[in-house]
Amino acid sequence: MSQNFIVSPSPHVHSGNSVSKCMYGVLIALIPAFLVSLYCFGIGALVVTLTSVLACVLFEYLIQKYLLKVKPSICDGSAILTGVLLAFNVPSNLPIWIIIIGALVAIGIGKMTFGGLGNNIFNPALVGRVFLLISFPVQMTTWPVPDPLSMNYLDAETAATPLGLMKQGLSVEAMTTDMLLGNIGGSLGEISAIALLIGFAYMLIRRIITWHIPVSILVTAFVFSFLVNGFDVEGAFQQLLLGGMMLGAIFMATDYVTSPMTPRGMIIYGIGIGLLTIIIRRYGAYPEGMSFAILIMNAATPLINKYVKPKRFGEVKK
Amino acid sequence: MLKTFRIGGVHPPENKLSAGQAIKTAELPKQAVIMLSQHIGAPAQAVVAKGDKVKVGTLLAQAGGFVSANIHSSVSGTVAKIDTAVDVAGFQRPAIYIDVEGDEWEESIDRSETLVKECNLDSKAIVERIKEAGIVGLGGATFPAHVKLTPPPGATATILIINAVECEPYLTADHQLMMEKGAEILVGTELLRKAINVERAVIGIENNKPDAIAHMKELAAAYPTIEICPLKVKYPQGGEKQLIDAVIRRQVPSGGLPIATGAVVQNVGTAFAVYEAVQKNKPLFERIVTVTGKSLAHPSNLKVRVGTPLCQLIDACGGLPEDTEKVISGGPMMGKAVVSTDTPTTKGCSGVLIIRDLESRRKEMTACIRCAKCIAACPMGLAPNTLMNATDHKDWERVEKEHVMDCIECGSCSFTCPAHRPLLDYVRMGKARVGAIIRSRNAK
Amino acid sequence: MDLVWIATLSLGCIGAISAVILYFVAQKFKVYEDPRNEEVVKVLPGANCGGCGYPGCGGFAAACVKATSLEGMLCPVGGAPVMAKIAGILGMEVAEAAPKVAVVRCNGTCANRKKVNTYNGASNCAIEAALYSGETGCSFGCLGNGDCERACQFGAIHVNPETGLPEVDEELCTGCGACVKACPKMIIELRNKGPKSRRMFVCCVNKDKGAVARKACTAACIGCGKCAKECPFEAITVENNLAYIDFQKCKLCRKCEAVCPTGAIHSVNFPPRKPAEPKPEAPAQPAAPQSGTAAAPTAQA
Repeated sequence: MSQNFIVSPSPHVHSGNSVSKCMYGVLIALIPAFLVSLYCFGIGALVVTLTSVLACVLFEYLIQKYLLKVKPSICDGSAILTGVLLAFNVPSNLPIWIIIIGALVAIGIGKMTFGGLGNNIFNPALVGRVFLLISFPVQMTTWPVPDPLSMNYLDAETAATPLGLMKQGLSVEAMTTDMLLGNIGGSLGEISAIALLIGFAYMLIRRIITWHIPVSILVTAFVFSFLVNGFDVEGAFQQLLLGGMMLGAIFMATDYVTSPMTPRGMIIYGIGIGLLTIIIRRYGAYPEGMSFAILIMNAATPLINKYVKPKRFGEVKK
Repeated sequence: MLKTFRIGGVHPPENKLSAGQAIKTAELPKQAVIMLSQHIGAPAQAVVAKGDKVKVGTLLAQAGGFVSANIHSSVSGTVAKIDTAVDVAGFQRPAIYIDVEGDEWEESIDRSETLVKECNLDSKAIVERIKEAGIVGLGGATFPAHVKLTPPPGATATILIINAVECEPYLTADHQLMMEKGAEILVGTELLRKAINVERAVIGIENNKPDAIAHMKELAAAYPTIEICPLKVKYPQGGEKQLIDAVIRRQVPSGGLPIATGAVVQNVGTAFAVYEAVQKNKPLFERIVTVTGKSLAHPSNLKVRVGTPLCQLIDACGGLPEDTEKVISGGPMMGKAVVSTDTPTTKGCSGVLIIRDLESRRKEMTACIRCAKCIAACPMGLAPNTLMNATDHKDWERVEKEHVMDCIECGSCSFTCPAHRPLLDYVRMGKARVGAIIRSRNAK
Repeated sequence: MDLVWIATLSLGCIGAISAVILYFVAQKFKVYEDPRNEEVVKVLPGANCGGCGYPGCGGFAAACVKATSLEGMLCPVGGAPVMAKIAGILGMEVAEAAPKVAVVRCNGTCANRKKVNTYNGASNCAIEAALYSGETGCSFGCLGNGDCERACQFGAIHVNPETGLPEVDEELCTGCGACVKACPKMIIELRNKGPKSRRMFVCCVNKDKGAVARKACTAACIGCGKCAKECPFEAITVENNLAYIDFQKCKLCRKCEAVCPTGAIHSVNFPPRKPAEPKPEAPAQPAAPQSGTAAAPTAQA
């Protein structure tokens, strides 16, 4: 009995991974997309993102401290991530007060009413985004055109997005290369497919997410839009690059809390999102369907978790 | 592509600090404390009394049933008392205390170093020798070896797999044993192969030990029946079920015994002990123990007599460092943290690991974010997060339905959890509770 | 006008079809339930504590209705009055049962039991008990992680942070036995509440040999057997180095308490000899002529 040792159950080592490391990893993966939007939308992108992040963190802190009366956990990075994702899903000329309302809805209703991180059913950033889209349809759908390093915020020049033009049956002038690089109108973070794919590659290498959800969404969307849009390969490909498809598939749908837990479940979830997105884009009232598709499949996630179990070792068929 | 098991797995940092350290013989203790329960199954029954003179290799206690093992003296001297001693888990357990006097061995033991290859015994006689020698699985599970070598009626063995994976971080005892006693291990493998009447034996070694693979391949060239199988490094490959899957691509059915796949798995240390028992008539009373730790002065591989207190082993490797907060018997993934270093070495003790204060404490747990990393890591394809929640809610029906009994307690889930949730703690509790429920149901 | 007609008709049709479907589904999935079940549930406390051994009050009610006699059936929360009511509903006899209270049989406070290691796992007694002996040299004593506290539906048992031991509030304790089942060390026992809530019990469950037990905890029962010899009613048995007082035989004479060398025998709610915050009790019991109780005469049980 010489020394007072610590006794704990095995295992005695840990991978060193943590929730905040996962969250900051996703944030790092979002940097390329942020840089592109800074370049394309100038000061507006910076103002919107900063406001959104600060508002989300502040609301999380206030709600945890004064309403739920628990130890605030703003350092885990989840509120920052929600803030960034919310900002990436709105136009860069959105007035500050609208962003703050969006942040309040995202954190307050999307996350904290369910009990905070880990308990929410819907992706908080998307709850905020959809709330803003329904409440402020005009502001949320006047998209600024890319204007490299512009210093205009609220008075940026606006135009319809390629996706909107497609919806109205007008011809799309933008080139596929513009869509890849981000030289098109749209929400703050969704414009450059290449930057988002770089983030995807980073997250795959760091093993923050697996390939299942993004790949199944993109493949399903491609195949389905190829079928319903008259067997047009380039059109189907553009469907992947336009709007929130890449951002949604890579960063929004893969949110840990609101996506299924098994690889098989993830693929079912991804197929659902891909199908719903194209259905909404093709037949619905809105030109963009990614947010709604993800929210609908978020609602289906508990069901998928219940019925799709991991593949067990030595499973005995009954 | 190197072979490995197909579901889950993690990669803990290997930290094989004592790799390549030649096996040193630890000093004899002044008093050896030999626990009567050093194996899974019934405790052994003491056959000596206070005051009896014993020699090295004298039978101290007889197996207390079929699933039990004989225990022999590791030292020579006088039985001081038969009392209780604190085991690794802090409980008082029956033990025999022997005051050491000199080092006199039983005459029947062949102490020479010469390699004896020939053996004319038949399978039954070999198993009988193994049983007499009190050999248990030396990988850490301490399951009596003769039980595994006696397949239940209806089951037939088709292959022998020798577990030289040593997937636990830090531990190097098996590695070093292969480097120094490779030839003996191969003879032991042949004996085991004969004991279960199979044509083929495979020695599975992870490829983080390239020298051992090369060495064993060279030696095994003389044995057409023995194959060396390099395996991709992945924890918990040393688990019996995982190793069978890795080597012969067959999965032990859920709830079934490994023999259902036709494979019998024995540890490489066990193979060496079998060689000594059958060819040298030496019962199991000493083993190789890795004494290691980042703060330890001289991480080593020691040949230790069973019953030597752990503190003596640590002293032999440079003494217990000041900043030690945890001492583990076994490896960091599945080993047990000890209450005191006064506890004696047992047959199942594969390592003594010293952990500094920096790494000894767990981080505070936070809410589950359903990242499913535990599900991806689980080598049995379970959902540890679901099991933990169901156990916490005492929903035993659900726990059972989620196949808690399949859990091998490897710790991959807790290791990988970014929220630092004690998944395995709860799963283990759920497993114990559901096991009790199943037993009482079957008893009805 | 057409519009109104079409709307009315179509809605009416949908309503009618739904009603028919609902009717058939309800018929198909109808479960017969004894109407007395509901009556019994009404008189039960509705705490769903599981103290009766059935899954909640509904389960108990169903079992009562099914059973041929109420023997062995007891709602520990409602006690005799509730059982009498149930018996009335079902037209059966009811057996009387003395009121019980949970008793924590460990006095290994931080002062009495020295810590020899630190537990650093999930804060749960069942998990800690499955892992090892506990933070002290005593492998039988309380672990203090509060499984009992979490199991109690009535807020009657709380771990005192100062002593590290749970304490029972006997006003709130219903004797349901949830804590008894929750304790992995089997330290908590249901004992007769006793006349005027006065009880004697051995406050230790250590079965180690005397010397080992004493080394681990200064308040341990060392199995010396003095109490058993002293007891005039043969209520005390010593088995496996541990004394046990049979509460059916104990006459509360307190002689055993006086001879116990470690103070492992506790008496509760007897009038204290020293004037230390006494409860307004009835006039002193005839038998009580010796040293004061070990603990303050609150609900330290």
